[in-house]
Amino acid sequence: MSILVDRNSRVLVQGITGREGSFHTLRCIEYGTNVVAGVTPGRGGQKFGETDIDVYDTVAEAVRETSANVSLIFVPAPLAADAILESAAAGVALVVPIAEGIPPLDMVPVARTLEGSGTRMLGPNCPGLISPGERCKVGIMPGAIHTPGRVGVVSRSGTLTYEAVGQLSALGIGQSSCVGIGGDPVSGTTFVDVLRLFNDDPETDAVVLIGEIGGTKEQEAAEYIKAEMTKPVAALIVGQSAPPGKRMGHAGAIITGSAARAENKVAALRDAGASIIPSPADIGTTIQDVLGG
Amino acid sequence: MKIHEYQAKELMAKYGIPVPRGGMAASPDDARRVAEELGGSVVVKAQVHAGGRGKAGGVKVVDSPDAAAEFTGSILGKQLVTFQTGPEGVPVNSVLVEETMDIAQELYVAIVLDPSERRPVVIASAAGGMEIEEVAEATPEKILRAVVDPTVGLQPYQGRALAYGIGVPAELVRPAADLIVRLYRLMADLDCSQVEINPLVVTGDGRVLPVDAKLNLDDDAMFRHKDLTALRDASQEDPLESQAHDIGVIYVRLDGDVGCLVNGAGLAMATMDIVTAVGAAPANFLDVGGGADEDRIRAAVRILLSDPNVKRVLVNIFGGILRNDVLARGLVGAYADTGSKAPIIARMLGTNVDEGRQILRDSGLDVTVVETLKDAAEALSAA
Repeated sequence: MSILVDRNSRVLVQGITGREGSFHTLRCIEYGTNVVAGVTPGRGGQKFGETDIDVYDTVAEAVRETSANVSLIFVPAPLAADAILESAAAGVALVVPIAEGIPPLDMVPVARTLEGSGTRMLGPNCPGLISPGERCKVGIMPGAIHTPGRVGVVSRSGTLTYEAVGQLSALGIGQSSCVGIGGDPVSGTTFVDVLRLFNDDPETDAVVLIGEIGGTKEQEAAEYIKAEMTKPVAALIVGQSAPPGKRMGHAGAIITGSAARAENKVAALRDAGASIIPSPADIGTTIQDVLGG
Repeated sequence: MKIHEYQAKELMAKYGIPVPRGGMAASPDDARRVAEELGGSVVVKAQVHAGGRGKAGGVKVVDSPDAAAEFTGSILGKQLVTFQTGPEGVPVNSVLVEETMDIAQELYVAIVLDPSERRPVVIASAAGGMEIEEVAEATPEKILRAVVDPTVGLQPYQGRALAYGIGVPAELVRPAADLIVRLYRLMADLDCSQVEINPLVVTGDGRVLPVDAKLNLDDDAMFRHKDLTALRDASQEDPLESQAHDIGVIYVRLDGDVGCLVNGAGLAMATMDIVTAVGAAPANFLDVGGGADEDRIRAAVRILLSDPNVKRVLVNIFGGILRNDVLARGLVGAYADTGSKAPIIARMLGTNVDEGRQILRDSGLDVTVVETLKDAAEALSAA
């Protein structure tokens, strides 16, 4: 099984005719994702490339015609907030904005609007998510490195998630779902949300959590792990060597107080009972030990 | 993007926030003129993108226009070293000359974006003039917070509650609350990643106004604030970080000697940690991003190699959209441009990895190709 997306997910792509949107849509289709529609204003009535996927002018129309329930969003950063709200207004259950560099204050009213709505946001500034056993990839990750299996992965990063998955697959450890929650300070789905889903998923046995400096999302994850998590968690926190006050690429990755520091996050997760992954080179072997023991 | 105190106060004045009388001066004569207009004693403050100016000798209260000119002349063109700068400091190219005030109370107000709330939060404290982190550790009860609902913005009642809570005298609560509401409007309109007034003072003559002001603009929102890009002062930035900013890659200079060339911020931090774990030290954080072409990689590596501390280079690439052959050509090109001989440990995976490795092997450079992160760590500690 898997969390959030599976073989029945009906995926629409906002910005499907753009350069990145079309490239990644094809990779998703090759992987097996059920892409049912595309949306690009002004391109309604066309087919997407060589496929028979219809392109619509609006998300509402696409949802009405195809019952799409997941939106993968490739709209550029300055226009992304509008695209997310359009999908939410059309009742799409899961929106996955990929863009990096969305002004953080644009995401504040978006997050406010999504509160209490039926729409969950993953990201922004994220690689998306993939459920290998379900052949469903909603994002930009290289599909080929993934293996079906029973370990869940949740991370704030993109390429570091691929690194983690690569190490797991190399050891023959498959994944139930891999979820990138994104590197921005204001985002939708949190570590806690994803841990809860993995905890409730009968086909996930253990979870790899990859956090980083900045914010307190990892401490919140630690509280949940301590209080409710019944499955083992192996955690890696990167940015141990980052100096305070400097933004490390991700808008959210800046040490602004003692809680934002790597060692405080590591301590909170260790206290909560998570196995600490000592180095980014040891992600696979740590979870191997966790599963073996 | 950081801006100077005098620029922050000019923006605040545009939003109707009262600020001390004064003006920026870029020469001793300018400083004398501003001081003459103000009359009496004035404070002269070095304009640099770093805190801790006072202790570093960058702020002085003087009692005459001549003294203002003299102090200005003594710091202009100098490097100011504070606890927030490196040992080389930052250049002082201008000063702010302001009226001195009869300070009755020193308070603190800031607005930040709180990732847990997913909303802006106004933070206020009665302990002005101190680092807010210290206040949070020592006396957390002195810190008040007001969460902003973005659909209606910060409300006057929230401003009043904060003002009462931090001990603003009753008759000044209304102007203090008004200042806080205007500060939020400024933050929201101009996409500030942070605004901080420390201290916010109550004066003996019944005014509430900022003595120091820090305002950071969000880089990701600058596309809709073209008029504010002129406020950037590249002289305050590390020259290499400044060049990287101009070509659109994210580079942060660090103290070590291992240059790191990575795609993705998380993997870049992980790479720095690997370097540190084997007892070496990273020279930089560098994320070339997913969509970089050969020219951009070449320019980025040139920047990386122009740091004289760099003695070797660790490449860690998980190629997706970014093809390893493109990366390798950019890397080899930059070595040709700079004539660098720094040995390379290359850990590459993903798209066109075989072509990429072959390009490095054929380059005549000192290249060690490794497969895994563990191998990379071992190669680093062996060298």
